[in-house]
Amino acid sequence: MRVWKFGDDIDTDAIIPGRFLTINDPRELAKHAFEGTRDDYAKNVKTGDIIVGGRNFGCGSSREHAPLALIGGGVSVVVAKSFARIFFRNSINVGVLPVVCKDADKIADGAKITLDIKKGFIEADGKHYMIEPVPGFMQGIIDAGGLVTYAKSLKGVPLCIKSQR
Amino acid sequence: MGATIVEKIFSRKCGGDIRAGEVVMAPVDGAMIHDITGPLAIQKFYEMGGSKVFDPKHIILLFDHQIPADSIPAAENHVYMRKFAAEQHIHNYDINEGVCHQVVLEKGRAAPGEIIVGADSHTCMYGAAGAFATGIGSTDMGFVLKFGALYFKVPETIHTEISGKFPKRVGAKDLILSIAADIGADGATYQAIEFAGKTIANLDMAGRMTCCNMAIEMGAKAGIVAPDKITWEYMKKRRKMKPFPLESDNDASYVTKRSYSVSDMEPQVAVPHNVDTGVPVSKVAGTHIDQVFIGSCTNGRFEDLEEAAEVLGKKKFNTKVRVIIIPASRDEYLKTLKAGLIERFVKAGALVEAPCCGPCMGGAFGLLAPGEVSLSTSNRNFKGRQGSTEGKVYLCSPATAAASAITGVITDPREV
Repeated sequence: MRVWKFGDDIDTDAIIPGRFLTINDPRELAKHAFEGTRDDYAKNVKTGDIIVGGRNFGCGSSREHAPLALIGGGVSVVVAKSFARIFFRNSINVGVLPVVCKDADKIADGAKITLDIKKGFIEADGKHYMIEPVPGFMQGIIDAGGLVTYAKSLKGVPLCIKSQR
Repeated sequence: MGATIVEKIFSRKCGGDIRAGEVVMAPVDGAMIHDITGPLAIQKFYEMGGSKVFDPKHIILLFDHQIPADSIPAAENHVYMRKFAAEQHIHNYDINEGVCHQVVLEKGRAAPGEIIVGADSHTCMYGAAGAFATGIGSTDMGFVLKFGALYFKVPETIHTEISGKFPKRVGAKDLILSIAADIGADGATYQAIEFAGKTIANLDMAGRMTCCNMAIEMGAKAGIVAPDKITWEYMKKRRKMKPFPLESDNDASYVTKRSYSVSDMEPQVAVPHNVDTGVPVSKVAGTHIDQVFIGSCTNGRFEDLEEAAEVLGKKKFNTKVRVIIIPASRDEYLKTLKAGLIERFVKAGALVEAPCCGPCMGGAFGLLAPGEVSLSTSNRNFKGRQGSTEGKVYLCSPATAAASAITGVITDPREV
């Protein structure tokens, strides 16, 4: 499992360009992930690989094709210093785990990486980095594996009742 | 302690006192889907076990990104959505009305105090009408289609106080590019931006829409202007509703308060490849351009096209530049047509297209080849946004775009 390292402000146009948005199948989308931005990615990405970005990962368009293009290539974890709001939520909804790590920029491209969610750290090339917990109200969706499964189990929604932050 | 306008909208909707940072499952007043994000949202709705949408009257469905269908897969997506609209008894604006955000506002589908979600990041534009409006992904939209509600983390607010009078050929787009450069591409993540002050009070709806539209370019969840006379006048023609007071309290708690003066502002240009790179036009004047796009939900309204036409005067566009002009909606197109501007644009050498997103999303037409440069009144200049990742996109106002389309290089609109 290797790291695919990206910089700051990686936008969803870079993750999946606009001309591929008529595609809705994750595996097909994955063939065009980062096309024109990092052409070695789609050809070489393997199941279990982890993307590491800088600040504001996933900014821009609300296109859910972006996390789908990642999951279609076998990536189910993205680590970044910070995430853009819509991408963060879309990722959780489709089963990609966005992990906030303030030291993400210290992790090198190609590094061997493992993630221990329960203990709250990442190990990359033998070094440990702390990660932040996800917001409480999103945990149920993560535990269900995404919003679709979570929603299926709901009979109705608790309107206007405040939840755990 | 007082409340912000955003806190008041959630409190009003849910009853009680809801504050920034709290998470609520709030009912929505409107949900918008278009041809790019709609098919996935519908698919998710069915996967969630949905059979009937929460309320067809509160769903806005249209096509604007790839119209008329530019590929067979796009045509198939349209067919899929048409079928859904018919099955669920949702009014389908189809390819007929224009860019989603403009259509939502001009059809009165977003109003002061409402909570609206759209499967498009620029949904934050409806804050111009005093609504809390935010962009969401397709799975969240599937959930909304089924339940009519969504989890919201109520955002804190950045208060901006805008003062001064715009100099000639400087306007809302220059202001918002300048604010974005100050706040940064992620400076408002998970927050709302309230636009206030005398300049905003005097700004028309078109300009307010331009400002709120680009709140997302700072990572914001929403942009908002407290409804005033101008807002209610706009709503009067569109919705039967009585004006009511809705504004932030004087002692509301903000993340930060920022002040901007527009009196000495120069026309602004955001340089490739980020939106928060705005500089005065003088810094990039003379830059070669291959294509100019005047349009989009950000700047495709009659007021924008009128300003471009004023700059154009009796001149012609430079024959070395491809000039693409697209009114944001059918209504805006008709206003432009009746004012004689379309004829002037066409005679000056522009292509005037039917209302749609056009080159803005880089998926339909007007794409850039490697090495080409576009100057655009739209909202994003990301690498590859308008075609090749080796192309470049600069962002500016309609006035700067028109001036540059005449000279063939980036030009200060006060100099033509």
